[in-house]
Amino acid sequence: MSVIKVEHLTYIYGEGMPDATVALNDVSFEVERGEFLGVIGPTGCGKSTLITHFNGLNRPTKGKLLIDGEDIWAKPKQIRRYRFKVGLVFQYPEYQLFEETVRKDISFGPRNMGLPEEEITQRVEEAARFCGLSPEMLERSPFELSGGQKRRAAIAGVLAMRPEVLVLDEPAAGLDPEGREMILSQVKEYHKQTGATIVLVSHSMEDIAKYADRVLVLQGGEIAMLDTTAHIFARADELVALGLSVPEVTKIFLQLRAKGVDIATDVYTVKYGRDILLDALRRKGGDQHA
Amino acid sequence: MLRDITIGQHFPGNSPVHRMDPRAKLLLTIGYIVILFVGSNPLGLALSTVFLVVAYTVAQIPLRLITKSLKPIVPILLFTAVLNLFFVPGDPVFTLWVFTVTWQGLYNVMVLTVRIICLIAGTSLLTYTTSPIVLTDALERLLAPLAKLKVPVHELSMMMTIALRFIPTLIEETDKIMSAQKARGAELDTGKLRERVKALIPVLIPLFVSAFRRADELAMAMECRCYHGGEGRTRLRKLQLGGLDFVLAAVCIAVFVLVGFSGALWGMLPL
Repeated sequence: MSVIKVEHLTYIYGEGMPDATVALNDVSFEVERGEFLGVIGPTGCGKSTLITHFNGLNRPTKGKLLIDGEDIWAKPKQIRRYRFKVGLVFQYPEYQLFEETVRKDISFGPRNMGLPEEEITQRVEEAARFCGLSPEMLERSPFELSGGQKRRAAIAGVLAMRPEVLVLDEPAAGLDPEGREMILSQVKEYHKQTGATIVLVSHSMEDIAKYADRVLVLQGGEIAMLDTTAHIFARADELVALGLSVPEVTKIFLQLRAKGVDIATDVYTVKYGRDILLDALRRKGGDQHA
Repeated sequence: MLRDITIGQHFPGNSPVHRMDPRAKLLLTIGYIVILFVGSNPLGLALSTVFLVVAYTVAQIPLRLITKSLKPIVPILLFTAVLNLFFVPGDPVFTLWVFTVTWQGLYNVMVLTVRIICLIAGTSLLTYTTSPIVLTDALERLLAPLAKLKVPVHELSMMMTIALRFIPTLIEETDKIMSAQKARGAELDTGKLRERVKALIPVLIPLFVSAFRRADELAMAMECRCYHGGEGRTRLRKLQLGGLDFVLAAVCIAVFVLVGFSGALWGMLPL
Protein backbone atom coordinates (compact mmCIF):
# COMPACT_ATOMS: atom_id res chain seq x y z
CA MET A 1 0.00 0.00 0.00
CA SER A 2 1.19 3.50 -0.72
CA VAL A 3 2.32 5.49 2.29
CA ILE A 4 1.07 8.86 0.99
CA LYS A 5 -1.85 9.15 -1.34
CA VAL A 6 -2.81 12.51 -2.81
CA GLU A 7 -6.34 12.65 -4.19
CA HIS A 8 -7.46 15.53 -6.40
CA LEU A 9 -5.65 18.01 -4.21
CA THR A 10 -6.23 21.69 -4.96
CA TYR A 11 -4.74 24.48 -2.90
CA ILE A 12 -5.49 28.18 -3.34
CA TYR A 13 -3.57 30.90 -1.54
CA GLY A 14 -5.70 33.79 -0.27
CA GLU A 15 -8.98 32.36 -1.47
CA GLY A 16 -11.56 35.08 -2.11
CA MET A 17 -8.94 37.86 -2.14
CA PRO A 18 -8.10 39.90 -5.23
CA ASP A 19 -4.66 38.29 -5.35
CA ALA A 20 -5.78 34.67 -4.93
CA THR A 21 -3.48 32.21 -6.69
CA VAL A 22 -3.97 28.54 -7.41
CA ALA A 23 -0.81 26.86 -6.15
CA LEU A 24 -1.90 23.28 -6.81
CA ASN A 25 -4.57 22.25 -9.25
CA ASP A 26 -6.25 18.84 -8.94
CA VAL A 27 -3.08 16.87 -8.19
CA SER A 28 -3.32 13.09 -7.69
CA PHE A 29 -0.49 10.61 -7.15
CA GLU A 30 0.90 8.12 -4.68
CA VAL A 31 4.19 7.78 -2.84
CA GLU A 32 5.13 4.12 -2.46
CA ARG A 33 6.39 2.83 0.88
CA GLY A 34 10.18 2.74 1.05
CA GLU A 35 10.84 4.54 -2.22
CA PHE A 36 13.11 7.50 -2.82
CA LEU A 37 11.03 10.04 -4.71
CA GLY A 38 12.59 13.11 -6.29
CA VAL A 39 10.46 16.20 -6.88
CA ILE A 40 11.57 18.73 -9.47
CA GLY A 41 9.99 21.69 -11.19
CA PRO A 42 10.67 25.33 -11.98
CA THR A 43 10.49 27.94 -9.20
CA GLY A 44 6.91 28.66 -8.14
CA CYS A 45 5.49 25.42 -9.53
CA GLY A 46 4.03 24.40 -6.16
CA LYS A 47 6.71 22.02 -4.87
CA SER A 48 6.95 23.58 -1.43
CA THR A 49 3.18 23.95 -1.16
CA LEU A 50 2.78 20.29 -2.03
CA ILE A 51 5.16 19.01 0.61
CA THR A 52 3.67 21.15 3.37
CA HIS A 53 0.47 19.19 2.76
CA PHE A 54 2.22 15.92 3.55
CA ASN A 55 2.29 16.56 7.29
CA GLY A 56 -0.81 18.70 7.55
CA LEU A 57 0.77 22.15 7.74
CA ASN A 58 -1.48 23.20 4.89
CA ARG A 59 -5.03 22.02 4.61
CA PRO A 60 -6.18 21.22 1.07
CA THR A 61 -8.71 23.68 -0.32
CA LYS A 62 -10.22 20.75 -2.20
CA GLY A 63 -9.32 17.07 -2.29
CA LYS A 64 -7.80 14.68 0.19
CA LEU A 65 -4.49 13.54 1.54
CA LEU A 66 -4.20 10.01 2.88
CA ILE A 67 -1.33 8.68 4.99
CA ASP A 68 -1.37 4.90 5.46
CA GLY A 69 -4.86 4.99 4.01
CA GLU A 70 -6.23 7.45 6.59
CA ASP A 71 -7.55 10.88 5.65
CA ILE A 72 -5.32 13.11 7.81
CA TRP A 73 -7.96 15.84 8.05
CA ALA A 74 -10.69 13.46 9.22
CA LYS A 75 -9.87 14.51 12.81
CA PRO A 76 -8.14 17.90 12.64
CA LYS A 77 -7.38 17.80 16.39
CA GLN A 78 -5.08 14.81 15.90
CA ILE A 79 -3.08 16.28 13.07
CA ARG A 80 0.07 16.23 15.22
CA ARG A 81 0.22 12.42 14.93
CA TYR A 82 1.02 12.79 11.25
CA ARG A 83 3.68 15.40 11.90
CA PHE A 84 5.70 12.76 13.76
CA LYS A 85 5.08 10.20 11.03
CA VAL A 86 6.10 12.51 8.22
CA GLY A 87 9.24 14.48 9.11
CA LEU A 88 9.58 17.68 7.13
CA VAL A 89 12.91 19.48 6.68
CA PHE A 90 12.35 22.97 5.32
CA GLN A 91 14.63 25.03 3.13
CA TYR A 92 17.44 26.59 5.15
CA PRO A 93 16.43 24.65 8.28
CA GLU A 94 19.33 26.17 10.25
CA TYR A 95 17.17 29.27 10.80
CA GLN A 96 14.87 27.29 13.08
CA LEU A 97 17.54 26.48 15.70
CA PHE A 98 16.73 28.10 19.02
CA GLU A 99 17.99 26.15 22.04
CA GLU A 100 21.07 26.76 24.16
CA THR A 101 22.76 23.57 23.09
CA VAL A 102 22.58 21.41 19.99
CA ARG A 103 21.49 18.49 22.15
CA LYS A 104 18.49 20.40 23.51
CA ASP A 105 17.54 21.55 20.04
CA ILE A 106 17.61 18.07 18.54
CA SER A 107 15.55 16.76 21.45
CA PHE A 108 12.78 19.33 20.82
CA GLY A 109 10.92 17.00 18.43
CA PRO A 110 11.21 13.78 20.47
CA ARG A 111 10.24 15.71 23.62
CA ASN A 112 7.10 16.98 21.90
CA MET A 113 6.30 13.36 21.14
CA GLY A 114 6.22 12.75 24.90
CA LEU A 115 8.95 10.09 24.92
CA PRO A 116 10.74 9.06 28.13
CA GLU A 117 14.09 10.76 28.87
CA GLU A 118 16.33 7.75 28.10
CA GLU A 119 14.64 7.24 24.78
CA ILE A 120 15.15 10.92 23.93
CA THR A 121 18.87 10.74 24.78
CA GLN A 122 19.26 7.62 22.70
CA ARG A 123 17.44 9.12 19.72
CA VAL A 124 19.35 12.40 19.89
CA GLU A 125 22.67 10.59 19.86
CA GLU A 126 21.56 8.33 17.04
CA ALA A 127 20.35 11.28 14.95
CA ALA A 128 23.57 13.21 15.64
CA ARG A 129 25.60 10.20 14.49
CA PHE A 130 23.56 9.96 11.31
CA CYS A 131 24.25 13.60 10.57
CA GLY A 132 27.94 13.44 11.36
CA LEU A 133 27.85 15.58 14.51
CA SER A 134 30.44 14.62 17.12
CA PRO A 135 29.29 14.10 20.75
CA GLU A 136 31.38 17.13 21.72
CA MET A 137 29.34 19.28 19.32
CA LEU A 138 26.11 18.30 21.05
CA GLU A 139 27.02 20.39 24.08
CA ARG A 140 27.83 23.53 22.09
CA SER A 141 25.48 26.38 21.25
CA PRO A 142 23.95 25.91 17.81
CA PHE A 143 24.82 29.52 17.01
CA GLU A 144 28.55 28.77 17.28
CA LEU A 145 28.51 26.12 14.56
CA SER A 146 29.47 26.64 10.94
CA GLY A 147 26.78 26.90 8.27
CA GLY A 148 27.05 23.28 7.20
CA GLN A 149 27.09 22.03 10.79
CA LYS A 150 24.02 24.11 11.64
CA ARG A 151 22.22 22.59 8.68
CA ARG A 152 23.10 19.08 9.83
CA ALA A 153 22.03 19.85 13.40
CA ALA A 154 18.67 21.06 12.12
CA ILE A 155 18.20 17.92 10.00
CA ALA A 156 19.13 15.81 13.02
CA GLY A 157 16.29 17.56 14.85
CA VAL A 158 13.85 16.00 12.39
CA LEU A 159 15.59 12.62 12.14
CA ALA A 160 15.40 12.26 15.94
CA MET A 161 11.64 11.83 15.57
CA ARG A 162 12.37 8.73 13.45
CA PRO A 163 9.82 9.65 10.79
CA GLU A 164 8.55 6.92 8.50
CA VAL A 165 8.56 9.42 5.69
CA LEU A 166 11.31 12.01 5.47
CA VAL A 167 10.56 15.00 3.26
CA LEU A 168 13.42 17.38 2.46
CA ASP A 169 13.06 20.71 0.66
CA GLU A 170 16.41 21.58 -0.98
CA PRO A 171 18.47 20.23 1.93
CA ALA A 172 21.75 21.04 0.17
CA ALA A 173 20.93 24.55 -1.08
CA GLY A 174 23.74 27.04 -0.55
CA LEU A 175 26.32 24.50 0.63
CA ASP A 176 29.71 23.79 -0.92
CA PRO A 177 30.05 20.58 -3.00
CA GLU A 178 31.51 18.67 -0.08
CA GLY A 179 28.67 19.75 2.24
CA ARG A 180 26.08 18.81 -0.40
CA GLU A 181 27.54 15.38 -0.85
CA MET A 182 27.73 14.82 2.90
CA ILE A 183 24.11 15.74 3.60
CA LEU A 184 22.66 13.81 0.69
CA SER A 185 24.68 10.67 1.33
CA GLN A 186 23.53 10.79 4.96
CA VAL A 187 19.93 11.00 3.80
CA LYS A 188 20.55 8.00 1.55
CA GLU A 189 22.11 6.17 4.50
CA TYR A 190 19.01 6.85 6.60
CA HIS A 191 16.91 5.54 3.73
CA LYS A 192 18.94 2.34 3.50
CA GLN A 193 19.23 1.63 7.21
CA THR A 194 15.68 2.38 8.30
CA GLY A 195 13.76 1.65 5.12
CA ALA A 196 12.06 5.02 5.49
CA THR A 197 10.38 6.65 2.51
CA ILE A 198 12.22 9.72 1.26
CA VAL A 199 10.82 12.65 -0.71
CA LEU A 200 13.57 14.97 -1.94
CA VAL A 201 12.83 18.34 -3.52
CA SER A 202 15.80 19.67 -5.43
CA HIS A 203 16.87 21.95 -8.22
CA SER A 204 19.96 19.89 -8.84
CA MET A 205 19.31 17.32 -11.55
CA GLU A 206 22.57 15.60 -10.62
CA ASP A 207 21.38 14.99 -7.07
CA ILE A 208 18.00 13.71 -8.22
CA ALA A 209 19.65 11.46 -10.83
CA LYS A 210 22.01 10.04 -8.28
CA TYR A 211 19.58 9.27 -5.46
CA ALA A 212 15.97 9.05 -6.62
CA ASP A 213 14.13 5.90 -7.76
CA ARG A 214 11.25 7.84 -9.21
CA VAL A 215 10.83 11.48 -10.16
CA LEU A 216 7.78 13.73 -9.98
CA VAL A 217 7.89 16.76 -12.26
CA LEU A 218 5.59 19.64 -11.31
CA GLN A 219 4.70 22.50 -13.61
CA GLY A 220 2.30 25.32 -12.83
CA GLY A 221 0.69 23.45 -9.95
CA GLU A 222 0.04 20.32 -12.00
CA ILE A 223 1.87 17.06 -12.51
CA ALA A 224 3.84 17.18 -15.75
CA MET A 225 5.49 13.77 -15.42
CA LEU A 226 5.82 10.97 -12.88
CA ASP A 227 8.02 8.05 -13.78
CA THR A 228 11.23 6.20 -12.98
CA THR A 229 14.36 8.33 -13.02
CA ALA A 230 15.65 6.70 -16.23
CA HIS A 231 12.41 7.32 -18.08
CA ILE A 232 12.19 10.93 -16.92
CA PHE A 233 15.69 11.87 -18.02
CA ALA A 234 15.16 10.10 -21.33
CA ARG A 235 12.59 12.84 -22.06
CA ALA A 236 15.24 15.53 -21.97
CA ASP A 237 13.59 17.71 -24.63
CA GLU A 238 10.39 17.96 -22.64
CA LEU A 239 12.30 18.79 -19.46
CA VAL A 240 14.15 21.58 -21.24
CA ALA A 241 10.84 22.86 -22.63
CA LEU A 242 9.57 23.08 -19.02
CA GLY A 243 12.50 25.30 -18.15
CA LEU A 244 14.35 22.51 -16.36
CA SER A 245 17.65 21.00 -17.25
CA VAL A 246 19.07 17.47 -17.36
CA PRO A 247 22.24 16.18 -15.69
CA GLU A 248 25.46 17.27 -17.42
CA VAL A 249 26.28 13.69 -18.39
CA THR A 250 22.89 13.31 -20.10
CA LYS A 251 23.62 16.48 -22.08
CA ILE A 252 26.84 14.92 -23.40
CA PHE A 253 25.02 11.81 -24.60
CA LEU A 254 22.27 13.89 -26.19
CA GLN A 255 24.89 15.84 -28.13
CA LEU A 256 26.65 12.65 -29.17
CA ARG A 257 23.34 11.40 -30.54
CA ALA A 258 22.79 14.74 -32.29
CA LYS A 259 26.21 14.35 -33.94
CA GLY A 260 25.06 11.02 -35.37
CA VAL A 261 26.64 8.61 -32.90
CA ASP A 262 24.44 5.56 -32.32
CA ILE A 263 24.23 5.60 -28.55
CA ALA A 264 21.62 5.40 -25.78
CA THR A 265 20.42 8.70 -24.31
CA ASP A 266 18.76 7.51 -21.11
CA VAL A 267 22.06 8.01 -19.31
CA TYR A 268 21.75 10.01 -16.11
CA THR A 269 24.66 8.92 -13.92
CA VAL A 270 28.35 9.19 -14.72
CA LYS A 271 28.95 5.55 -13.81
CA TYR A 272 26.31 4.25 -16.19
CA GLY A 273 27.56 6.68 -18.83
CA ARG A 274 31.06 5.24 -18.54
CA ASP A 275 29.77 1.69 -19.03
CA ILE A 276 27.73 2.70 -22.08
CA LEU A 277 30.68 4.55 -23.60
CA LEU A 278 33.09 1.66 -23.04
CA ASP A 279 30.55 -0.73 -24.49
CA ALA A 280 30.05 1.45 -27.56
CA LEU A 281 33.78 1.79 -28.10
CA ARG A 282 34.29 -1.98 -27.78
CA ARG A 283 31.56 -2.63 -30.32
CA LYS A 284 33.13 -0.17 -32.71
CA GLY A 285 36.31 -2.12 -33.18
CA GLY A 286 37.87 -3.29 -29.97
CA ASP A 287 41.14 -1.53 -30.78
CA GLN A 288 40.42 1.07 -28.10
CA HIS A 289 41.67 -0.02 -24.72
CA ALA A 290 39.48 0.55 -21.73
CA MET B 1 -3.24 32.92 10.28
CA LEU B 2 -0.78 35.80 9.94
CA ARG B 3 -1.76 36.22 6.32
CA ASP B 4 -5.17 37.48 7.42
CA ILE B 5 -3.81 40.81 8.65
CA THR B 6 -5.14 43.35 6.18
CA ILE B 7 -4.41 46.62 7.98
CA GLY B 8 -1.49 48.24 6.22
CA GLN B 9 -1.77 45.90 3.26
CA HIS B 10 -1.30 47.35 -0.18
CA PHE B 11 -3.16 46.35 -3.36
CA PRO B 12 -1.37 47.70 -6.40
CA GLY B 13 -3.59 49.12 -9.12
CA ASN B 14 -3.91 51.89 -11.66
CA SER B 15 -7.11 53.64 -10.66
CA PRO B 16 -7.28 57.44 -10.23
CA VAL B 17 -7.10 56.87 -6.47
CA HIS B 18 -3.92 54.85 -6.89
CA ARG B 19 -2.36 57.46 -9.16
CA MET B 20 -3.21 60.41 -6.94
CA ASP B 21 -0.37 62.25 -5.25
CA PRO B 22 0.27 60.55 -1.87
CA ARG B 23 0.57 63.89 -0.07
CA ALA B 24 -2.89 64.88 -1.25
CA LYS B 25 -4.24 61.46 -0.28
CA LEU B 26 -2.69 61.67 3.16
CA LEU B 27 -4.07 65.15 3.84
CA LEU B 28 -7.50 64.24 2.47
CA THR B 29 -7.60 61.15 4.69
CA ILE B 30 -6.85 63.32 7.72
CA GLY B 31 -9.56 65.70 6.49
CA TYR B 32 -11.98 62.79 6.21
CA ILE B 33 -11.29 61.71 9.80
CA VAL B 34 -11.90 65.26 11.06
CA ILE B 35 -15.09 65.58 9.06
CA LEU B 36 -16.41 62.30 10.48
CA PHE B 37 -16.37 63.93 13.89
CA VAL B 38 -17.64 67.33 12.77
CA GLY B 39 -20.51 65.83 10.80
CA SER B 40 -21.63 63.34 13.42
CA ASN B 41 -25.30 63.48 12.49
CA PRO B 42 -27.33 61.00 10.43
CA LEU B 43 -27.16 63.12 7.27
CA GLY B 44 -23.41 63.73 7.58
CA LEU B 45 -22.67 60.07 8.27
CA ALA B 46 -24.85 58.97 5.36
CA LEU B 47 -22.93 61.33 3.08
CA SER B 48 -19.60 60.10 4.47
CA THR B 49 -20.62 56.48 3.87
CA VAL B 50 -21.71 57.19 0.31
CA PHE B 51 -18.44 59.05 -0.27
CA LEU B 52 -16.52 56.03 1.00
CA VAL B 53 -18.41 53.57 -1.20
CA VAL B 54 -17.78 55.77 -4.24
CA ALA B 55 -14.08 56.09 -3.35
CA TYR B 56 -13.75 52.29 -2.98
CA THR B 57 -15.53 51.76 -6.29
CA VAL B 58 -13.27 54.25 -8.10
CA ALA B 59 -10.22 52.61 -6.52
CA GLN B 60 -11.51 49.17 -7.60
CA ILE B 61 -10.99 47.78 -4.11
CA PRO B 62 -13.66 45.18 -3.24
CA LEU B 63 -15.90 46.32 -0.38
CA ARG B 64 -15.56 42.84 1.14
CA LEU B 65 -12.12 43.88 2.36
CA ILE B 66 -13.74 46.33 4.77
CA THR B 67 -15.29 43.48 6.74
CA LYS B 68 -11.89 41.81 6.89
CA SER B 69 -10.12 44.89 8.20
CA LEU B 70 -12.91 45.42 10.73
CA LYS B 71 -12.51 41.99 12.29
CA PRO B 72 -9.89 42.97 14.89
CA ILE B 73 -11.97 45.87 16.22
CA VAL B 74 -15.29 44.00 16.49
CA PRO B 75 -14.82 43.52 20.27
CA ILE B 76 -14.28 47.26 20.76
CA LEU B 77 -17.31 48.02 18.60
CA LEU B 78 -19.50 45.62 20.58
CA PHE B 79 -18.23 46.94 23.89
CA THR B 80 -18.96 50.59 23.11
CA ALA B 81 -22.27 49.66 21.52
CA VAL B 82 -23.43 47.77 24.63
CA LEU B 83 -22.27 50.53 26.97
CA ASN B 84 -24.10 53.19 24.98
CA LEU B 85 -27.19 51.09 24.49
CA PHE B 86 -27.84 50.54 28.18
CA PHE B 87 -26.24 53.40 30.03
CA VAL B 88 -27.24 56.54 28.16
CA PRO B 89 -30.00 58.36 30.02
CA GLY B 90 -33.03 59.61 28.09
CA ASP B 91 -36.48 58.55 26.88
CA PRO B 92 -36.87 54.78 27.39
CA VAL B 93 -37.78 52.49 24.49
CA PHE B 94 -38.13 49.36 26.58
CA THR B 95 -36.81 48.04 29.87
CA LEU B 96 -35.12 44.70 30.30
CA TRP B 97 -34.73 43.82 33.99
CA VAL B 98 -32.51 46.66 35.34
CA PHE B 99 -31.37 47.79 31.90
CA THR B 100 -33.18 50.47 30.04
CA VAL B 101 -32.67 51.07 26.36
CA THR B 102 -33.21 54.71 25.40
CA TRP B 103 -33.75 56.49 22.10
CA GLN B 104 -30.67 58.57 22.78
CA GLY B 105 -28.72 55.37 23.42
CA LEU B 106 -29.84 53.85 20.14
CA TYR B 107 -28.93 57.06 18.34
CA ASN B 108 -25.48 57.08 19.94
CA VAL B 109 -24.86 53.45 19.03
CA MET B 110 -25.77 54.09 15.42
CA VAL B 111 -23.62 57.20 15.11
CA LEU B 112 -20.68 55.61 16.89
CA THR B 113 -20.73 52.37 14.93
CA VAL B 114 -20.99 54.04 11.55
CA ARG B 115 -18.30 56.52 12.52
CA ILE B 116 -15.81 53.85 13.62
CA ILE B 117 -16.48 51.73 10.53
CA CYS B 118 -15.97 54.75 8.26
CA LEU B 119 -12.83 55.67 10.19
CA ILE B 120 -11.24 52.25 9.71
CA ALA B 121 -12.43 51.82 6.14
CA GLY B 122 -11.33 55.32 5.16
CA THR B 123 -7.82 55.01 6.53
CA SER B 124 -7.57 51.48 5.10
CA LEU B 125 -8.30 52.86 1.66
CA LEU B 126 -5.21 55.04 1.97
CA THR B 127 -2.94 52.07 2.68
CA TYR B 128 -4.73 49.81 0.18
CA THR B 129 -4.01 52.24 -2.63
CA THR B 130 -0.64 53.67 -1.56
CA SER B 131 2.50 51.63 -1.14
CA PRO B 132 4.16 52.16 2.26
CA ILE B 133 7.32 53.50 0.64
CA VAL B 134 5.42 56.18 -1.24
CA LEU B 135 3.46 56.99 1.89
CA THR B 136 6.53 57.63 4.03
CA ASP B 137 7.94 59.65 1.17
CA ALA B 138 4.84 61.84 1.30
CA LEU B 139 5.15 62.10 5.07
CA GLU B 140 8.76 63.20 4.78
CA ARG B 141 7.84 65.89 2.29
CA LEU B 142 4.95 67.14 4.41
CA LEU B 143 7.08 67.25 7.55
CA ALA B 144 10.06 68.84 5.77
CA PRO B 145 9.49 72.27 7.38
CA LEU B 146 10.14 70.68 10.78
CA ALA B 147 13.73 70.01 9.71
CA LYS B 148 14.36 73.71 10.34
CA LEU B 149 13.55 73.03 14.00
CA LYS B 150 16.30 70.34 14.01
CA VAL B 151 13.79 67.49 13.88
CA PRO B 152 15.55 64.60 12.05
CA VAL B 153 12.74 64.23 9.53
CA HIS B 154 14.71 62.28 6.95
CA GLU B 155 16.11 59.83 9.48
CA LEU B 156 12.68 59.25 10.99
CA SER B 157 11.09 58.62 7.62
CA MET B 158 13.96 56.31 6.62
CA MET B 159 13.41 54.34 9.81
CA MET B 160 9.74 54.15 9.05
CA THR B 161 10.38 53.07 5.48
CA ILE B 162 12.68 50.30 6.63
CA ALA B 163 10.29 49.18 9.36
CA LEU B 164 7.37 49.08 6.92
CA ARG B 165 9.47 47.37 4.28
CA PHE B 166 10.35 44.57 6.67
CA ILE B 167 6.89 43.88 8.06
CA PRO B 168 5.94 41.48 5.23
CA THR B 169 9.40 39.91 5.32
CA LEU B 170 9.17 39.29 9.04
CA ILE B 171 5.62 37.98 8.75
CA GLU B 172 6.76 35.54 6.09
CA GLU B 173 9.72 34.56 8.21
CA THR B 174 7.52 34.03 11.27
CA ASP B 175 5.23 31.88 9.17
CA LYS B 176 8.16 29.76 8.04
CA ILE B 177 9.64 29.33 11.51
CA MET B 178 6.22 28.48 12.94
CA SER B 179 5.76 25.85 10.24
CA ALA B 180 9.19 24.41 10.92
CA GLN B 181 8.56 24.14 14.65
CA LYS B 182 5.08 22.74 14.08
CA ALA B 183 6.69 20.12 11.85
CA ARG B 184 8.66 19.11 14.94
CA GLY B 185 5.45 18.80 16.93
CA ALA B 186 5.29 22.24 18.55
CA GLU B 187 1.75 23.16 19.60
CA LEU B 188 1.35 26.85 18.92
CA ASP B 189 -2.37 27.44 18.80
CA THR B 190 -3.66 25.18 21.55
CA GLY B 191 -3.11 24.93 25.29
CA LYS B 192 -3.35 27.30 28.23
CA LEU B 193 -1.99 30.85 28.14
CA ARG B 194 1.15 29.91 30.10
CA GLU B 195 1.87 27.02 27.77
CA ARG B 196 1.23 29.13 24.73
CA VAL B 197 3.65 31.82 25.88
CA LYS B 198 6.25 29.13 26.50
CA ALA B 199 5.55 27.63 23.10
CA LEU B 200 6.43 30.94 21.49
CA ILE B 201 10.09 30.75 22.55
CA PRO B 202 11.06 28.40 19.69
CA VAL B 203 9.53 30.93 17.31
CA LEU B 204 10.77 34.18 18.86
CA ILE B 205 14.43 33.28 19.28
CA PRO B 206 15.04 32.34 15.63
CA LEU B 207 12.99 35.37 14.61
CA PHE B 208 15.17 37.74 16.65
CA VAL B 209 18.35 36.12 15.42
CA SER B 210 17.25 36.54 11.83
CA ALA B 211 16.02 40.11 12.36
CA PHE B 212 19.46 41.09 13.67
CA ARG B 213 21.12 39.30 10.79
CA ARG B 214 18.92 41.16 8.33
CA ALA B 215 19.61 44.50 10.01
CA ASP B 216 23.33 43.82 9.74
CA GLU B 217 23.08 42.91 6.08
CA LEU B 218 20.94 45.94 5.31
CA ALA B 219 23.34 48.32 7.09
CA MET B 220 26.21 46.81 5.11
CA ALA B 221 24.34 47.12 1.82
CA MET B 222 23.43 50.75 2.56
CA GLU B 223 27.01 51.64 3.42
CA CYS B 224 28.23 49.93 0.26
CA ARG B 225 26.07 52.38 -1.65
CA CYS B 226 27.48 55.32 0.27
CA TYR B 227 24.32 56.14 2.18
CA HIS B 228 25.08 59.02 4.53
CA GLY B 229 21.71 60.44 5.52
CA GLY B 230 19.38 62.90 3.89
CA GLU B 231 21.63 65.87 3.17
CA GLY B 232 22.16 66.50 -0.53
CA ARG B 233 20.15 63.45 -1.51
CA THR B 234 18.16 63.75 -4.72
CA ARG B 235 15.11 61.73 -5.68
CA LEU B 236 14.41 59.36 -8.52
CA ARG B 237 10.69 60.05 -8.40
CA LYS B 238 9.81 63.62 -7.54
CA LEU B 239 6.32 64.07 -6.21
CA GLN B 240 4.47 66.47 -8.48
CA LEU B 241 0.90 67.65 -8.11
CA GLY B 242 -1.01 67.24 -11.38
CA GLY B 243 -4.41 68.06 -12.82
CA LEU B 244 -5.90 64.83 -11.53
CA ASP B 245 -4.87 65.70 -7.98
CA PHE B 246 -6.55 69.10 -8.10
CA VAL B 247 -9.78 67.73 -9.56
CA LEU B 248 -10.04 64.88 -7.07
CA ALA B 249 -9.06 67.10 -4.16
CA ALA B 250 -11.68 69.68 -5.18
CA VAL B 251 -14.38 66.98 -5.29
CA CYS B 252 -13.34 65.63 -1.90
CA ILE B 253 -13.21 69.06 -0.30
CA ALA B 254 -16.64 69.90 -1.69
CA VAL B 255 -18.04 66.74 -0.10
CA PHE B 256 -16.23 67.49 3.16
CA VAL B 257 -17.67 71.00 3.31
CA LEU B 258 -21.12 69.59 2.66
CA VAL B 259 -20.66 67.07 5.47
CA GLY B 260 -19.32 69.84 7.69
CA PHE B 261 -22.52 71.83 7.28
CA SER B 262 -24.71 68.73 7.40
CA GLY B 263 -25.37 69.38 11.10
CA ALA B 264 -27.11 72.62 10.28
CA LEU B 265 -28.93 71.06 7.32
CA TRP B 266 -30.10 68.15 9.48
CA GLY B 267 -31.53 70.62 11.98
CA MET B 268 -33.49 72.40 9.24
CA LEU B 269 -35.11 69.19 7.98
CA PRO B 270 -38.78 69.05 9.03
CA LEU B 271 -38.61 65.94 11.23
